[in-house]
Amino acid sequence: MTVETVDVASGAGSSGPGLPPVEARHRRRLDPSWLALLPFVGYVLLFFVLPTAAVFWQAFLVTDPVTQASHASLANLTSAATGVYRQGFITSIELAAVSAVVGAVVGTIVAHIVLSMAGGAVRQFVLTASAVFANFGGVPLAFAFIATIGNSGILTQLLSGAFGIDLREDLHLSLYSFAGLVLVYLYFQVPLMMLVIAPALDGMRRQWHEAAASLGASVWQYWRHVAGPALAPSFVAALLLLFANGFAAFATAAALIGGSFPLVTLQIRDVLSGNVLAGQENVGAALGVGMVVVTLVVVAAYAPLQRRAARWSA
Amino acid sequence: MNGQHGLRTRLTRIGVLLFAGAYFALPIVSSFLFSIKDNQANVWTAKYYTGIVGAEGFWPSLRTSLMMAVLVIGISLALMLPTMLVVHLRHPKVRQLVELVTLLPLVIPPIVLVVGVRTVLGWGPDYFAGTPTAAFLSGIQDTNLPWVLVLTYVVLAMPFTYRSLDAGLRAIDLHTQVEAARNLGAGWGTVLTRIAAPGLRGALLNASFLAFALVIGEYTIASILLFTPFPVWLVALGLDHAQLSVSVSVLSLFLTWLALLSISVIGSRGGRSATLRSV
Repeated sequence: MTVETVDVASGAGSSGPGLPPVEARHRRRLDPSWLALLPFVGYVLLFFVLPTAAVFWQAFLVTDPVTQASHASLANLTSAATGVYRQGFITSIELAAVSAVVGAVVGTIVAHIVLSMAGGAVRQFVLTASAVFANFGGVPLAFAFIATIGNSGILTQLLSGAFGIDLREDLHLSLYSFAGLVLVYLYFQVPLMMLVIAPALDGMRRQWHEAAASLGASVWQYWRHVAGPALAPSFVAALLLLFANGFAAFATAAALIGGSFPLVTLQIRDVLSGNVLAGQENVGAALGVGMVVVTLVVVAAYAPLQRRAARWSA
Repeated sequence: MNGQHGLRTRLTRIGVLLFAGAYFALPIVSSFLFSIKDNQANVWTAKYYTGIVGAEGFWPSLRTSLMMAVLVIGISLALMLPTMLVVHLRHPKVRQLVELVTLLPLVIPPIVLVVGVRTVLGWGPDYFAGTPTAAFLSGIQDTNLPWVLVLTYVVLAMPFTYRSLDAGLRAIDLHTQVEAARNLGAGWGTVLTRIAAPGLRGALLNASFLAFALVIGEYTIASILLFTPFPVWLVALGLDHAQLSVSVSVLSLFLTWLALLSISVIGSRGGRSATLRSV
C-alpha cells in the first residue's frame, strides 16, 4: 500500500523518530478495517437475526393455557400443516404460482417486443414505467382495481350501463376471488418480470438470429433451439423470484379482501390480531416457519440457475 | 420470410402491446374518473382532491411516514456505504458473504418478520421489566415516530440498498480514485464525502428512492404492530371514503412517477435501477 509512504513523507511534523518499521504498522493497520464491519454485523444480528430466531423459537413452544408453562412441541407445526392452514398454504402457493407463470410469460413477450422494435426513448419510457409499476404494489394498487372492477367500479358500471353486461354474473370476474387476485397481482408481476428479464433479452446477440436464419431456420426453430435454451436459466430464475414475490404479498390482498380468504399471509394476520382462539399465537409463528421453508425451497432452486444464467449474460 | 408474414408478425406485436397498454392504463384511468365523480349529484368534481388535505389523520400519518423515510434512508446509507467501501477496498474476500447476508431479508417475508419483532417487543415487560432493555423496547414504540418500524425497514431495504450501491461501486474505479486521494493526503472522512459519495451519486439516489418507496408504501409490519403511518391510514380511509382513498392512490402513483423520473434525470450516470417488493 502506497498509503504508508505518504504518511511518512507528508507527515514530517507528526511522525517523529522511533516510528515502528513499515511492516509492523501495516499489520496493525489491517485490524481496524475489520472493526468497520462491526456496525453492520451488529445491526443484522439485533434487528434481523434476533426476530427471525424468535419466530423459530416460538414455533416450537406450546404454552399451557392453565398453568402458563411452556414446553417444546411440534404441535404448532402440525396444526399449521393441517385443516384451514393447510388450505391457506395451498391457495397461497397456487396464487403465487399462477401469477408467476402468467406474469413471466407475458412479461417476457412484452419485453421482447418492446426491446426489439422500439427506439431509445420508448425503451427508456417502458423500463421506467416497469420500475414504477413493479413498485406500485400494496394498498394504492388494491384501491385502483376497486375503482375499476369493484362493485361500483368505473368499468363495472360502464359495462352494465351501456351493454347490460354484469362482470360477476356474465363474465364470472369477481375482484374478490382467486381470478381477481391473479388479475391484480399481474399488475406488479408483469413489470417486475420485464425489469428482471430485460438484461437477458439484451444479451441475446442479434447475430444468433441472423446465423440461424442464414442456415435456414424458421422463427420457431430459432426460438426452440437457439434463443429458448439461452434464455431458459434467466427465465426460470426470474420465475422463481416472481413466485417468492407473489407468495409473500400481503398488503394488496389485505386491502382488497377485508374478510376471510384462505391465504397464509392473511391467516397469520388473523392469528396475530386475535381473531382466532386464544392460545394460538404460536401457530402464527409456525405458519411463518412454513412460509420461510417454502421460500427457501424456491431460493435453493434459484441459486444454481443464477450461476448457469451468468454464463450467457457475461 | 415473405412480406405478408412480416406484416402479420407486426400486427400481432402491435396487438399484444395495445392489450398490455390497455391493461396497465385502465386501472389508472378508471381510478382518476372514479375520483372526480360525485355519485350523489352525478357531476364531476375536484372535491376529492381538495378534500385530501383536510381529511382526518392525513397530516399525522403522512408526517410519520415522511420522517421514517428520511431516517431509513439516512441509517441505511450510513450503515451500508462504509461497510461496502471497506469490503470493496480492503476485504473483497468477504464480499459474497456480505451480499448473501443482505439478501437474506428477501427470504423472510415481512409478515413473518413482524411475528418475531412482536415477540421480541413482548420480552420487554415479560423478562426485562425495570431494566434499560425494557426501557429501550418500549421507547422505540412511540406512536408519532415508531423507531421500531424505522429499524426494521432498514433491514427490509438492505437488499435494495446493497444492490444499488454494489452496481455503483462496480461502475467506477474506486480503488484508483481512493488511492489517488490518499496519496494527496486526504483522510478517510474526506474520501467518503468527497470521493465516494459524488462518484456514487446515481447509486445513492437509486438506493434512496427504493428506500423511500418502501417506507411510504409499507403496510404489513406497520398495521400488525398497530401503528398508523400513511398506508395504514389509507386503508382505514377506504372503509368510509371510497373516492377519497382512490384520489390519494392516484396522487401517490403520480408522485412515485415524478420521484423516479427526477432521479433518473439527476443521476443519469447511475447504475441500473433495482426493484423492491412493497406488496
